[in-house]
Amino acid sequence: MEDVIYLFLRRMRAPLIVLIAAYSVSVGGLVLIPGVDDQGNRWYMDFFHAFYFVSFMGSTIGFGEIPYPFTAAQRLWVAICIFFTVLAWLYAIGRIFALVQDPAFRQAMREARFILAVRAIRTPFHIVCGYGETGSLLVRAMARRGFQCVVIDREQDHLNALALESLGSDVPAFCGDVGDTQTLLEAGLRKSLCQTVVAVTDSDDANVKVAITAKLLHPSVKVICRSGSQSASDNLASFNTDHIINAYDAFGEHLAMAMRTPSVHLLHAWLISLPGKKLRPPVTPPYGKWIICGHGRFGRAVRQYLEQEGNQTIVIEQRPEWAPSDAVIGPATEAGPLLQAGVRDAVGIVVGIDSDTNTLSSVMTARALNPRLYTVARQQRRANTALFQAAKIDLVMEPSRIIVWRMLPLITTPMLTRFLRLLRTGDERRAQMILERVRTVCRGMTPQTWSVDIGIDATPAVQALLDSGQPVSVGDLLRERLDRDERLPALALMHTRGAENVLMPDPERSLQAGDRLLFCGRDGTRHDMEWVLYNRKALEYVVTGIDIPDGAVWRWLRRRRAATAATGHP
Amino acid sequence: MNIEKVLFGFFVLLALTLNFGFVMGDIDDPDHHHVYELFAALVVSLVATVLKFGDRSHIGAVLLATSLVADLHLLAAAAVWGTANHITGTGSDPGTVASVVSLAGGALLANLASVVLLVIETANLRR
Repeated sequence: MEDVIYLFLRRMRAPLIVLIAAYSVSVGGLVLIPGVDDQGNRWYMDFFHAFYFVSFMGSTIGFGEIPYPFTAAQRLWVAICIFFTVLAWLYAIGRIFALVQDPAFRQAMREARFILAVRAIRTPFHIVCGYGETGSLLVRAMARRGFQCVVIDREQDHLNALALESLGSDVPAFCGDVGDTQTLLEAGLRKSLCQTVVAVTDSDDANVKVAITAKLLHPSVKVICRSGSQSASDNLASFNTDHIINAYDAFGEHLAMAMRTPSVHLLHAWLISLPGKKLRPPVTPPYGKWIICGHGRFGRAVRQYLEQEGNQTIVIEQRPEWAPSDAVIGPATEAGPLLQAGVRDAVGIVVGIDSDTNTLSSVMTARALNPRLYTVARQQRRANTALFQAAKIDLVMEPSRIIVWRMLPLITTPMLTRFLRLLRTGDERRAQMILERVRTVCRGMTPQTWSVDIGIDATPAVQALLDSGQPVSVGDLLRERLDRDERLPALALMHTRGAENVLMPDPERSLQAGDRLLFCGRDGTRHDMEWVLYNRKALEYVVTGIDIPDGAVWRWLRRRRAATAATGHP
Repeated sequence: MNIEKVLFGFFVLLALTLNFGFVMGDIDDPDHHHVYELFAALVVSLVATVLKFGDRSHIGAVLLATSLVADLHLLAAAAVWGTANHITGTGSDPGTVASVVSLAGGALLANLASVVLLVIETANLRR
């Protein structure tokens, strides 16, 4: 804000001096020039009236000649002064408008407004650097879930798109270089409420710079970084970046997961998506011979994971210097190289070549040659979604979507990330069992996922009951508060105590302070559960079945009645 | 020679000298204090203030502060003068003149501080 004031004062020097000069010369002239009063006497105007007259003359209001009609000499002076003062005003006002339009001034104003908006944040917030395709998807997904974001991007166009989006909450955004430490500090990096810094710009260098700045200036903040290459990932890992996400690796991993453990993959997809949508059907890529068109970062990552799963792969690549030794060299958009790679007896094809148009063309050609092919394609521009949908591709890989998919649980429910990691290491049967239960509980819609920390802050009622010596179990929290024999449409996915994680905990499992629980349930169930977490009366009812009377009189009556029942006489 | 510095020094010093000229004389004698001089002192003081705008250095900030003090005093003096002569109609009686001159005296001190600061800043300039 100080910059703005200084800039304003400095630019307004000349116009203000011109104004003061115009007024003082006009007033001085009026005071010095003799006039004639109503009795015909020689009369000099005083400063008070002169200032009054010049004030209304200069602003072209013009109340007339006061206090006595002017002489010719006075009128001549006033005629000169009118031009003088009006020009001075025009000049001053013109300068103010020019200043307001000035890019430097506007940038300073935006910066000042951004700093004020960040200062006004009173809830935990997350800094997102880069508002391109990935950043915008991420911010939208976070805002929908009620998380406060602060956005920095280098392009004003991107931020204009943010301003037009209706996110429900106010997202402070600033156009500046994310590599500039000052910008990150203005975004609130040092504030204790700052939880996460997410670097999702399209440049690896910028992401690394953000990550290192964040780690140095606020070591306890969680840093999540997108990386496009192995060298950037190694660099990020060298200074303990919390989470490094490479879209191509993540996709390859998911593809392999979908082959080996389809239920784990599907559960993954369900738990991460927005609650209340239709459940996605499973993806089932077949085992066998796969053709990989394009051996760039995408092709390499997918090939590695496919081969790891025991598939046979063959690469088609146009640039000989990129191709592995056994590859078919040639354009993947033409039938020749596809036939040479053996498209007729392949089970699937993975296409990720230079442009979306060529990718689609290659998929169409391959499918014409072998209609039973399982098709996987990389989509680069979000604007082409309609095309990829119309092409009926079995699995579309959109890097920005994959990254958001991976980042979202890290920010919103860190416990979910741990749950999914445990799930990946487990076997298919257990995942299938969980999957079936989620499907039944949520009635075919995507679930809401949330975590609960048992303690005085998040669950005052549970804490109070535990302190009074009454045990509370996991299953108690899942009872309906109006009828304890009914269950909430939710599942306890994981129970964490210290380093111990129990998947699908037993309902009888008792709770203690410091425990963490991960639930998933039908959209809106979280809100219903809050009753028993916050309201001691509701909790005591669901735990013990006793409805505590509300007032002191009723409590006394109940105690009396209980005493009577115990002794047997009144 | 820097023309900007010349103008700046000129206005700061002129504000002091005009102010001093107005304050000189018996404190309650209207004949010793001419209103034209008060007007000139006020205008020059305002110009000097505007010239000090937007200087981010520490001494610049203090200079601006002294100037604002001088402006405030002179505006108050002018307001007292105007009120006595045109609104209450008491005219230039010794009491009014005394209060106008004492207010201008305050401005004189502030202008003096301005000039002292200017001299210090100039003396610190080693070239």
